[in-house]
Amino acid sequence: MDHFPTNWGRPKYDSFDTHATYPIHNRGHAQSAASNGAVQHTHFSHSKSALRQPIVTGTSVLAIKYKDGIMMAADNLASYGSLARFKGVQRLHPVGDYTVVGASGDMSDFQYLQHILDGLVISEEANLQDGHTLGPAEIHEYLSQVMYQRRTKMDPLWNSLLVGGVKDGKRFLAFVDLLGVTYSASTLATGYGAYIAQPLLRKAVEGREDTLTEHEARTILEDALRVLFYRDARSINQYQIATITANGADISGSLKLETAWGFAEGIRGYGAQTQ
Amino acid sequence: MFRNTYDSDNTVFSPQGRLHQVEYALEAVKQGSAAVGLRSKTHAILLALKRSSGELASYQQKMFRIDDHVGIAIAGLTSDARVLSNFMRQQAMASKMVFNRPVPVNRLVSTIADKAQVNTQEYGRRPYGVGFLVVGLDHTGPHLYEFSPSGTSFEYFAVSIGARSQSAKTYLEKHFESFADCSLEDLIRHGLHALRETLQQDKELTTNNTSIGILGPGSVHEPASTAVDFRILEGTPIEVYLQTMQPKEVPPPASTSATASSSTQPPAGGDDDVQMSEQ
Amino acid sequence: MPDMSAIANPQQRQFNPYAENGGTILAVAGADFTVIAGDTRQSEGYSIQTRYASKVFRLTDRAVLAVNGFAADGNMFVKKVKQRLEWYRHNHAKDMPLRSIARLIQTMLYAQRFFPYYVYNILGGIEEDGTGAVYSFDPVGSYEREACRAAGAAQSLLQPFLDNQIYFKNQTAARGYSHPAHLPLPDVLSIVIDSFTSATERHIEVGDGLEMYIVMAKGQTLPDAVTNLLPEELPSTGDGERVFVLKRDLKKD
Repeated sequence: MDHFPTNWGRPKYDSFDTHATYPIHNRGHAQSAASNGAVQHTHFSHSKSALRQPIVTGTSVLAIKYKDGIMMAADNLASYGSLARFKGVQRLHPVGDYTVVGASGDMSDFQYLQHILDGLVISEEANLQDGHTLGPAEIHEYLSQVMYQRRTKMDPLWNSLLVGGVKDGKRFLAFVDLLGVTYSASTLATGYGAYIAQPLLRKAVEGREDTLTEHEARTILEDALRVLFYRDARSINQYQIATITANGADISGSLKLETAWGFAEGIRGYGAQTQ
Repeated sequence: MFRNTYDSDNTVFSPQGRLHQVEYALEAVKQGSAAVGLRSKTHAILLALKRSSGELASYQQKMFRIDDHVGIAIAGLTSDARVLSNFMRQQAMASKMVFNRPVPVNRLVSTIADKAQVNTQEYGRRPYGVGFLVVGLDHTGPHLYEFSPSGTSFEYFAVSIGARSQSAKTYLEKHFESFADCSLEDLIRHGLHALRETLQQDKELTTNNTSIGILGPGSVHEPASTAVDFRILEGTPIEVYLQTMQPKEVPPPASTSATASSSTQPPAGGDDDVQMSEQ
Repeated sequence: MPDMSAIANPQQRQFNPYAENGGTILAVAGADFTVIAGDTRQSEGYSIQTRYASKVFRLTDRAVLAVNGFAADGNMFVKKVKQRLEWYRHNHAKDMPLRSIARLIQTMLYAQRFFPYYVYNILGGIEEDGTGAVYSFDPVGSYEREACRAAGAAQSLLQPFLDNQIYFKNQTAARGYSHPAHLPLPDVLSIVIDSFTSATERHIEVGDGLEMYIVMAKGQTLPDAVTNLLPEELPSTGDGERVFVLKRDLKKD
């Protein structure tokens, strides 16, 4: 199994999808699911929760550490299978004063998580103004517990999330997914970004976390987003960038990615040539 | 047996607007042996006087470790204290599990205060018969709180609860302004002096009847590797601190028989919490 | 050609609650010490998720636990074990003995027999009698005490090597000599380091970094050969056993 949203394809059963517009890779089969051994397919066929699958999905989220904090980027598309359904969706969500959560995967599950996190911040900060605020590390731990508990109930929240922030002068950047798997690194990417953007980010950032300026960091992320837009069919050329520094979190408005398609003219199969 | 008509049910006000059961619970705290808490800029400490039911019996437990950064001293019903301290430990662990952070001490104290308040309002319950002194350490520094079964909690520079705690408070009120810059050793000495005020005439603080709880960097008497974590000192390790105590200003009518033996005796005498009458 | 049975009986992608996050762990017991080691790479498939994720955790002054398999289960399991040990400390005012931790881990694993923690555990440390000990577990709690054990992605590469180097399997002692029952710490450390550099060469899921925990029995000091490697000593609560950490880089390719 994989949990990269771009691999999930159309929210329809393969057998009925005669046009086969969704990705090529091998989809699960009834038999293989049943013979998987770990969990009997029939066992859960009456359970509503086990029938869930991602419907409206967001693709990659990217994030890096830089001199002043964390920078995170995600495009504004929410896809319905291969349909570019919603083109103005914000996938970066501020939590409290120090943290931004970026989500790929199912957008309704992400909205549910936003609801939970907003409630958490309200109860923490509105009820108890005692100076004990939640930083990115605490938010990430909380999210991992939620994600892990839902996977343990076999009712996962179908997302891969990045949590980034700065608190008490410390930068924090970590990942959590629908299985509750967590990890931390100076560059992170979800979805196709893990394959396409991550090598670019590592090359540009590793060893330079403490010297990269905001401008350099922004350029690195934009370059990675551009490559993703060229190669990831579930991406769009509108994106937002969040910067989290000691001064707090700032999420940009929707930005347009500059792209160049001139090269396509000369390529057989791309342009208007017929032979 | 009843003091009056409004005793039997804690949810019923007396015509004077009092809840008698709650006040009796506060009495239970006053029946317990004393506990003293003090705070400096670097440390928060607890001192408590342990009772024993007889020479053949062990001494009661007056202090509980809640987490690395929280400790309590109790006065009142030990069994109620066990229930509440276990609850506090659960809260501390839940905070580590869910947020991977030590529980904020003020919230921990508020939580048990809220829990105690429920018992003063709901039918068929009784208030807890125990009061706590809570020391805690967080990024804002050391803290000291008092929790009482009436459902209230307050933060203090220094405070005491339990039997004859007023005498200790009088000492603390006289000296508290110097506590902020005290070394740990001086803070403990002040604490012992305050605790000594709660003793009966013929009693002394000994290694047997005294507990010291420390939160903050180690003292010169502790191993160099000591962390800031809460620790409870009992028995021989507190001997050095007892020896730093100044002799009590002997009240003017010093009895003639006492001058011969007990006044020259160092404080760390035998097991004299139990009925050690003057000889 | 679409599978007609799939049309008649629309299937759905079964959620798989497990992943395999690679890496390898290893522990060797000496006469009065134990070494517990793990690499720091965390991966899924061909992707390296991070180059630094610890798989080895100190539990008490004399117990260290290495976990390997599904990372989310591993982290949760370590958290739960630590909580149980904290309750033990509250109730008994001392740390749980190593063999008791081993039995505790068995019951905790077996409690999840029908939805297991997909984790291979190796527990190492010092027993109450002062000897070094290693306990190895399968995901549902079957365990035994051993002198050495490797687990995880490169188990099949490392265990035969340990059998040969620690247990002297397939080695014949020179006439008049016998194999030692226990190796000294510097020898064990070089075997551990060699194990991981080799596993890094031959297994794609092993590499990036190596963390070695050394637990010394009460009153034992590190040999000079080990002190020269500049291990970091972890703070301990008493003057009993001591725990050191040695870190090494492994190849990152």
